[in-house]
Amino acid sequence: MKRKKQSEEGGISPLSTFLKAKKWSFSRLQGRLAPYTFLAPALIVITLFFFIPLVIVFILSFTKLDITNFGILEWWRPANWSLDNYVKIFTNRFFPRILGNTLVYVALTLAFFNVGMALLIALITTHINRRVGFAFRALWLLPRITPVVVYIMMWKALAGPAPMGIINNYLLGPLGIGSGEYLLNTSPWVFVILVNGFIGASFGMILFSSAIEAIPKEYSTASKVDGATTWQTIRYIVLPMIKWPFLFVTTYQTLSLLTSFEQIMLLTDGGPGLYQTEVWALTAYHRALTSYFGNIQWGYGSAWAVVLVVIGIIMAIIYLRVFKFGELVQEPKIDRL
Amino acid sequence: MRLRQKPRAALAYLALIVPSALILVGFLWLFITSFSIRTEGLRSLGWTLSNWSFLWKSPFGPQYPSIWWVTLNTLVMSLIMTLIVVVVSSMTAYALSRMKFTGRKSFLSLTLILHAFPSVTLLIPIYFVLIWVSKIPVIGRGVPLLGGLGYNTIGGVALVMVAFQLPFGIWVMKGFFDNISWDMERSALIDGASRFRVWWEIMMPNIKPGIAALSIFSFITGWNAYLIPLTFTAGRAGKSAVLSLYLQNFISESVMTEWNAVAAVGLFQLIPVVIFFLFTQQMLLNIYGGGKKGGV
Repeated sequence: MKRKKQSEEGGISPLSTFLKAKKWSFSRLQGRLAPYTFLAPALIVITLFFFIPLVIVFILSFTKLDITNFGILEWWRPANWSLDNYVKIFTNRFFPRILGNTLVYVALTLAFFNVGMALLIALITTHINRRVGFAFRALWLLPRITPVVVYIMMWKALAGPAPMGIINNYLLGPLGIGSGEYLLNTSPWVFVILVNGFIGASFGMILFSSAIEAIPKEYSTASKVDGATTWQTIRYIVLPMIKWPFLFVTTYQTLSLLTSFEQIMLLTDGGPGLYQTEVWALTAYHRALTSYFGNIQWGYGSAWAVVLVVIGIIMAIIYLRVFKFGELVQEPKIDRL
Repeated sequence: MRLRQKPRAALAYLALIVPSALILVGFLWLFITSFSIRTEGLRSLGWTLSNWSFLWKSPFGPQYPSIWWVTLNTLVMSLIMTLIVVVVSSMTAYALSRMKFTGRKSFLSLTLILHAFPSVTLLIPIYFVLIWVSKIPVIGRGVPLLGGLGYNTIGGVALVMVAFQLPFGIWVMKGFFDNISWDMERSALIDGASRFRVWWEIMMPNIKPGIAALSIFSFITGWNAYLIPLTFTAGRAGKSAVLSLYLQNFISESVMTEWNAVAAVGLFQLIPVVIFFLFTQQMLLNIYGGGKKGGV
């Protein structure tokens, strides 16, 4: 009874209800299909650029498709599939270095900037004058919105050799450190971490500061009355209360760092020495999409990428479970007239 | 006050101020350099406007597209991308926020997974998808201004950018729709308006702040894009080049001492972003944080 009444009034109930309804008209059919017409454009884009590529990348990773046999090799035939590319990855002479680079890059950038610096900015800017705090946060957003090529150019100027380079000129020179060489050649890792960290810090900064601001004032007041120092208040009141944002930022940023390579590509392109700053994601790109050493190996590059794809899918599903995203996926409360 | 008296606090301030200064120095360097003959550190060795000659004379020679053509490309790409992202994500978000249908829950979970999933790992297969799209007549390559939607076209690059932006856009917009009361829409539906009309005439005007935020965010992303245009257009100085590619091409063809001219191009690309930023920092701070979890 209730169901029938609902559908007569034109509310949108599940498809099954529609099929059960005895009488139906064109307008009611339209009502049932309306959600899907709203979703259609997104579905097309998602299919074209997520689902189809997801299938292709797995298939490609089993093939030897490269620039020389493109159009000849029937890569979609299972007969041409093998695990050779994966064997090739693990037996690669530079595999240990690339894996090590990736771990160092993710761990250090995460610790010092994406979580460490982010937390520091959030803690300081929420404890000082509101306007000054806001100005600092806005400033830290700048690296993220600056065009990446321009941003890397600035860093190259900072790292430049004396007398042009800013760090050499104003910091290392007066202190008598180094001989004014191009710092990207002498210590590329420092700059890889700085460049990525300055962009990454803003994500945690925003989430942490809103979490800190949401802590009721009574807690810190109470701790001050009890004679706690600022450090103790932070350690025993603030940090435990932002545990979830902290975990979220850490895991989310681990994944973004693991798969980001645009900045490294522009800064050092994996150099200056052989594979000195080459990370996993950059290797996949180099193999498949740049004519590195004059050959493009889509199959081999895809195998490198697939490892990241699998990690990405697993971690995305973990977020959904751990961070109670399920609660955000509840039924709409408002769907009947 | 107590914070300021402790050495530990002083150290914390220092750890914030020194890196913050580094950001400012980078921007200052760009500005000074682009108006100088040469620079040492932040010191200009003579002021000039000659670095800006790229505005009327291509630094690569006449066979390459001019800065204005490249700017037009970038503008078209960013605007098309912004338009599609805003329209498609608000349509999808409306359905997810307001309608009950089979598969709603799975679609929402899918959006969330895609939001967390690093799309950049799919660049290699997307290359093949775009090559196939190129083979479709008219849509593939042959649309005026956009070139088409396939490989090595402005439209194709815009489409991939849309795909990468969409999960985020849907999530942000859903947050805005969830915050609007059901009453307005309800009376229109009772009066017999169609869902589409309600979405366009009643809901959209009510989430203008959301539309503005997502538009600015998308536009900046499009304007700054480097990796996707690099991967899906042929050559950094081709006719589908965008500003980032033009600039990177200039950088790789210059030696360190010619960086004054390069800096001018960089500043040229940066100016619109900075102007946007000055007017919308609050909005951007909100969307970067809020967009990640529930939109509000």
